[in-house]
Amino acid sequence: MDKVRLQREAAFIRSSLLDQGYLDEQFIQLEELQDNDNPNFVEEVVTLFYTDSARLIYNIDQALLSNPTDFTKLDDYMHQFKGSCSSIGAKKVKNECNGFGEYCEAQNYDGCFRTFQQIKQEYINLKKKLETYFQLLKEAA
Amino acid sequence: MLYIVPHICCVAVAVWISELNLTMNLSNGRGSMSTVTSGAAVKSADAVSDQFPAGLRVLVVDDDPTCLMILEKMLRTCLYEVTKCNTAEKALTLLRKNKNGFDIVISDVHMPDMDGFKLLEHIGLEMDLPVIMMSADDGKNVVMKGVTHGACDYLIKPVRIEALKNIWQHVVRKRKNEWRDTEQSGSAEEGDRQQKASDDADYSSSANESNWRNSKKRRDEEEEAEERDDTSTLKKPRVVWSVELHQQFVAAVDQLGIDKAVPKKILELMNVPGLTRENVASHLQKYRLYLRRLSGVSQHQNNMNSSFMNPQDATFGTISSINGIDLQTLAAAGQLPAQSLATLQAAGLGRSTPKAGLPMPIMDQRNLFSFENPRLRFSEGQQQQQHLSNSKPVNLLHGIPTNMEPKQLASLHQSSQPLGNMTVRVNASTQSNPLLMQMAQSQPRGHMLSENTGPHLPRLPSSLGQPSASNGTSNALMGRNGIAGSTRAPGYNPISQSSSMMNFPINQTTEMPISSFPLGSTPGISSITTKGSFQEEVTSGIKRAGGFVPNYDIFSELKKPLDWEVSNPSLTYNAASQHANPLHGNIDVSPSVLVQQSFSSNQQTGQSRDANTMIVKPIFSASESMEQGTLQNQHLNTLVTDNSIRVKTERIPDASSQTNFYPEHYGQEDLMSALLKQQEGIGPAENDFDFDGYSLDNVPV
Repeated sequence: MDKVRLQREAAFIRSSLLDQGYLDEQFIQLEELQDNDNPNFVEEVVTLFYTDSARLIYNIDQALLSNPTDFTKLDDYMHQFKGSCSSIGAKKVKNECNGFGEYCEAQNYDGCFRTFQQIKQEYINLKKKLETYFQLLKEAA
Repeated sequence: MLYIVPHICCVAVAVWISELNLTMNLSNGRGSMSTVTSGAAVKSADAVSDQFPAGLRVLVVDDDPTCLMILEKMLRTCLYEVTKCNTAEKALTLLRKNKNGFDIVISDVHMPDMDGFKLLEHIGLEMDLPVIMMSADDGKNVVMKGVTHGACDYLIKPVRIEALKNIWQHVVRKRKNEWRDTEQSGSAEEGDRQQKASDDADYSSSANESNWRNSKKRRDEEEEAEERDDTSTLKKPRVVWSVELHQQFVAAVDQLGIDKAVPKKILELMNVPGLTRENVASHLQKYRLYLRRLSGVSQHQNNMNSSFMNPQDATFGTISSINGIDLQTLAAAGQLPAQSLATLQAAGLGRSTPKAGLPMPIMDQRNLFSFENPRLRFSEGQQQQQHLSNSKPVNLLHGIPTNMEPKQLASLHQSSQPLGNMTVRVNASTQSNPLLMQMAQSQPRGHMLSENTGPHLPRLPSSLGQPSASNGTSNALMGRNGIAGSTRAPGYNPISQSSSMMNFPINQTTEMPISSFPLGSTPGISSITTKGSFQEEVTSGIKRAGGFVPNYDIFSELKKPLDWEVSNPSLTYNAASQHANPLHGNIDVSPSVLVQQSFSSNQQTGQSRDANTMIVKPIFSASESMEQGTLQNQHLNTLVTDNSIRVKTERIPDASSQTNFYPEHYGQEDLMSALLKQQEGIGPAENDFDFDGYSLDNVPV
């Protein structure tokens, strides 16, 4: 495979993720932290994020299934999830979480539920793009 | 130049002395720094100061592994030594096992096993380490909680590395405060020194920020080194240039003539056992620089003074007359540093201070410089006093560490002109700056806070009430310098006003600013300073309850919020703050309140300097907090971020009670609530003020 082309492709994905608001400045911060000591730092962090946040997603799903709905717990989980998202720069996902928080406060189950589906969608969406991105980076190296 | 010196209020002296001491300390006991193990490049022993804050031992606690990993990496990039923990319990265990193993703790607010604030309290009580809180939650209430529980800073997630780069300031500040606390009656040089350093930095422009920071950092490093003396293996006995010692020194120099004063002869004249020629030589060097600076500043001051004076000639007249009296008293009193310090401290503690005591401190300060030419001083001082009152406070305060003792403040007033650029530490305290900025803002240019005192009080509101107008400017200025010099006026004015107020027995806001200062410095924390708690914090070393521990003597006096309140019935500030009066209303109250506070407690001189700065802040913050999100706050917050105080971007630029902060560490805190909290003993984390005019190491000569 043409490495240069791969590099370009990776760069393209990266800039479109940033331009389209999937990722924000925080992601760039992570990139800047990457150095020779940790050459795959960004990928490691993102991997860790997806592993750990899967747990939170599961918790939220469970909380949404339980009856009666514990909105405090929901809010708490979401708060953690949001913090995690923001730490890797997952902008879109994080923004979706704001809506969730509002519904939580209003104790609007439907709102919470629907919003959460959207969150999960964005979450998976980003995951796929980032996987492709890191794969390209590896191949281009 | 020497003749100008006399007019330099004690603050200047204190600052200078502290600067000297800082330098001296720098050369001593840096061994501890050399044990940096963060992987920083190997540096020569001489560059020890450059190493700091590398090697800072950080404990980071967060249940989110992603955040934890990122933070660890960021902290390592900052060359800190990092230990990770994902639960509060583990963190406490680690800390308990290794009581001296960490310098600072960073903890998330929301954790499954224990609330972050609880952990914060535990750490504060058991280990007394500075703790920084983190959260994605930027709600004002949460941030406020951080402040009241004693967090020295509050970072909003996602945390950026820039925010982490400056956390070392909290360590230094805390140690300084602690050290200072134990040095209450000791020399205030350390604080002054630090302030001086800040003063030196060009705080008026953000460009200088880095310079200032570097110099501050250097000073802090020295402080740090000093603080670490017990842990350092290279500790050398340091000469503590106490006020008395310095006076002896100045007397000797004066006798010989500044141009002819050589270390050997000075040493002989001083005849202090244990003092070496090298000690004197380095002190002399600093002294010369200091004088040079003062003379440069005095011009500035003069300019400022004129602006100040005009609108309030009457006021100033009063001030000068008082000053005049003070001067004479001072002259008569000769050296009174110790006394003034004691007085100030006593005053600060809420004990009634004899009237004579009031002027004394100021005089004492003056004496530091003025004993060389008392007469000359007086005449010059008279004029200068007025100027000083106006501009001096600004200058003095500018960059003057909050630890400045009252005496210093007094001298500030008096020597405002010469001091010129005595940057009040206010700025330095980064955090407090926001407050200062506020203060500055409130005061339109050329308006002296001094007006606030008694007769001036009415003016204050008006001046304060114009924050918006001056905010921009003052903020900018304030941000940079804390108490900008005359040119920076907007912010400066308020301060100077306060300082002039300090001179008066009336409680000038000086105290307040001081208190506010610390508050300002710590984001989140400082914002709370408006309240009595703020003052608590401001007071030096009060720290413990996780509140600020301002190093100011004044603050220490202010520390006793109860006393403070009791002794200052006119402390409407508190009342005002509590009632969240409108900005104007607050302003009125605050200044007077502040003034009173500071006044009775400290009597100032050294403190006045700080007080001024401090006052500025609190008033602002108070008003700010009262306003809760007034535009000014926003401005301030914004500005704060810009200034050297290094407002953390993660901080919530919440109006009023948020820490703009300072950092200190700087946002708008709800001074009132903070003050109130203080009273409860829950102070925000240490304030940035480390106003310790003369306090130096405890190491005796």
